Amino acid sequence: MTVALFVPCYLDQFYPEVAIATLELLERLGVDVVFPPEQTCCGQPMANTGCTADCAPVARRFVDIFAPFDSIVCPSGSCTSMVRNHYDDYFAEDDDAFLHVKQRTFDLCEFLYDELQIQELKIEGQDVCFPHRVSLHQSCHGLRELRLGPSSENMTVRDNKVRQLMNLVKDVEWCDLSRPDECCGFGGTFAVNEADVSAAMGRDRVADHVGSGSEVIVSADMSCLMHLQGLIRREKSPIEVMHVAQVLAGRKLKKTNAK
Amino acid sequence: MNMLPIVDHPAAARPFVTNPDRAPWHDKALWFVRSKRDKQASSVPEWEYLRSLASQIKTATIANLGDYLTEFERNATALGAVVHWAADAEEHNRIVLKILRDHDTHRIVKSKSMLTEECGLNPFLEANGIDVVDTDLGERIVQLRHETPSHIVLPAIHLKKEEVGETFHEHLGTDEGAADPKYLTEAARGHLRDKFLAGEVGITGVNFAIAETGGFVVCTNEGNADLGASLPNVHIACMGIEKLVPRFEDLAVFLRLLARSATGQPITTYTSHFHGPRDSHSELHIVLVDNGRSRLRQSDAFRDALHCIRCGACMNTCPVYRRSGGHSYRATIPGPIGSVLSPTRDSSKHKSLPFACSLCGSCTDVCPVKIPLHHQLLAWRKEIGNLKLLSYDKRISMKMASLLFRSARLFSFAGWVGRASLKVLPHWATHHRLNTWTIARELPEPPKESFRHWYAKNRK
Repeated sequence: MTVALFVPCYLDQFYPEVAIATLELLERLGVDVVFPPEQTCCGQPMANTGCTADCAPVARRFVDIFAPFDSIVCPSGSCTSMVRNHYDDYFAEDDDAFLHVKQRTFDLCEFLYDELQIQELKIEGQDVCFPHRVSLHQSCHGLRELRLGPSSENMTVRDNKVRQLMNLVKDVEWCDLSRPDECCGFGGTFAVNEADVSAAMGRDRVADHVGSGSEVIVSADMSCLMHLQGLIRREKSPIEVMHVAQVLAGRKLKKTNAK
Repeated sequence: MNMLPIVDHPAAARPFVTNPDRAPWHDKALWFVRSKRDKQASSVPEWEYLRSLASQIKTATIANLGDYLTEFERNATALGAVVHWAADAEEHNRIVLKILRDHDTHRIVKSKSMLTEECGLNPFLEANGIDVVDTDLGERIVQLRHETPSHIVLPAIHLKKEEVGETFHEHLGTDEGAADPKYLTEAARGHLRDKFLAGEVGITGVNFAIAETGGFVVCTNEGNADLGASLPNVHIACMGIEKLVPRFEDLAVFLRLLARSATGQPITTYTSHFHGPRDSHSELHIVLVDNGRSRLRQSDAFRDALHCIRCGACMNTCPVYRRSGGHSYRATIPGPIGSVLSPTRDSSKHKSLPFACSLCGSCTDVCPVKIPLHHQLLAWRKEIGNLKLLSYDKRISMKMASLLFRSARLFSFAGWVGRASLKVLPHWATHHRLNTWTIARELPEPPKESFRHWYAKNRK
């Protein structure tokens, strides 16, 4: 089985370390991973702005590039949801290439949890450790569109796949938030379109994480973290952000705000 | 009232969201309601089943709306009610005024009804010399202040008790500086009692009308609808045609969902059933209002919005609503459901509302009748794009993004330019007011190389 790595556009350009961690993690788990270099973006910014005509060719291109692979894995719930839940507008119902891509595109966490069903995490025989106080930021799209975990509004029982995976890492000390799944306020172009509301939401999110005693916000979506990190840097808040792939791949906590 | 011809939500929200006292306090007040709702929802083991059932009942009702409305009219008439049909807000207002004129009445006591807000009934009646008193406490407060409700269940949630104290001091003669809720509520009670006794006609909304029986239900926590409908001899009930449920037993499903979703109560304090006029000396008029609902019913993308039972749960949970306040939507119904409904009336005027949403999906998950709210907001964005109502900067930036994303080479080059500029340009050149991202946030620190570059070097 050959898995294609789908690296969201902003990760490729601004957070390559997250993509590298994802790649290494998958390789370490014995997955045959390929990064198709023709890929760019899933088209979500255009789709969410209402620019259907601008999204369509990007979506088509995406499907053409990824259709030859058995599975497509992406370290982002939001981009995964775009392909899985919002591509239908752009393709014919009987488009086999599209149907294959739609059904076989996974968020990294659900791929590890549902497809690979990993039970342990080791690097060269050693347990992966992350001896830090950690709080989980659950991205809305991961939570409410991919159902990677239970959402507080919904009374359905669900496994929290991201947290279960993080529990394979030794020495993690969880810090619980007062609002476990409130939106961080990123929302793609929303962050620019509604800048005041977005920043207010983000500052409240950071405050909840800081208030929980956490040292590091971990999330399966770097886009939320990019927004939160921007606010953290501006306000010099005493907390770091890391993508879950980085923790699972055994990366150490980098203290950017260290005095 | 609406001042701007075109509502710009970000601009309308700014004074509220940037007010360091107002927005966090408003957020906490509504989150408290949302938490109460969660507690109630979790206490009902069949909660998700109830939601599905409610959604199915509504789907079936809307699909056969004409038949159910006819059935309702037949049964309501048999009970002695007079049923009126209004195609739009103007006709609704004319019908109400005619009933008032027929009885030569000038003093109305009105309980909460978002439909009459939607139709602009109060200003219409006032312009025709009628004295209208809103009897819901929150509605009375905003009425005295010449404001509109900022929330469909909690109309004065944007106000602090000190502001209510000021308003009551000015209009009801309460002590200056008084802010004790009990004292203020007592003052309002006394004031409203006189109004109730003087009222000649009672107007109420309708929470649910039952096709099978011809009766309807009004839910309040203050009992004001009962008083308003029971003291005068004429009761006018105004309802949108989507308020129907087919059978009496369907009510149980909706009443269990409504109060829990709205305020986190197991049931509203007063759930009053009206089946025909009170006695032979009384009249009951029911005004069935379309006002765009039939048009919405024709739309595959937005039809489910007619499921709405006006519980307000989507507002309480919406992180944007909580921080920007209900008035920022400049619409009768604010929040997620309002942002779906308002553009169906005037898509040009309300074109910014579907974008006042981070697409977090909390509204969809909280909705007791399973309206896919955030998907409808997304669908509206596409519709606004199709209607050529998108702003120039949105259109041009997305067109450029699309071109960029169609070529890996171009994308990679643009990324390199972006990262390189971030590295060499001084902070002030990249972080300024024209770059909206950086007004409140720092840009990411540019890495040495992109992932694709790293991959080409390390994995080939």
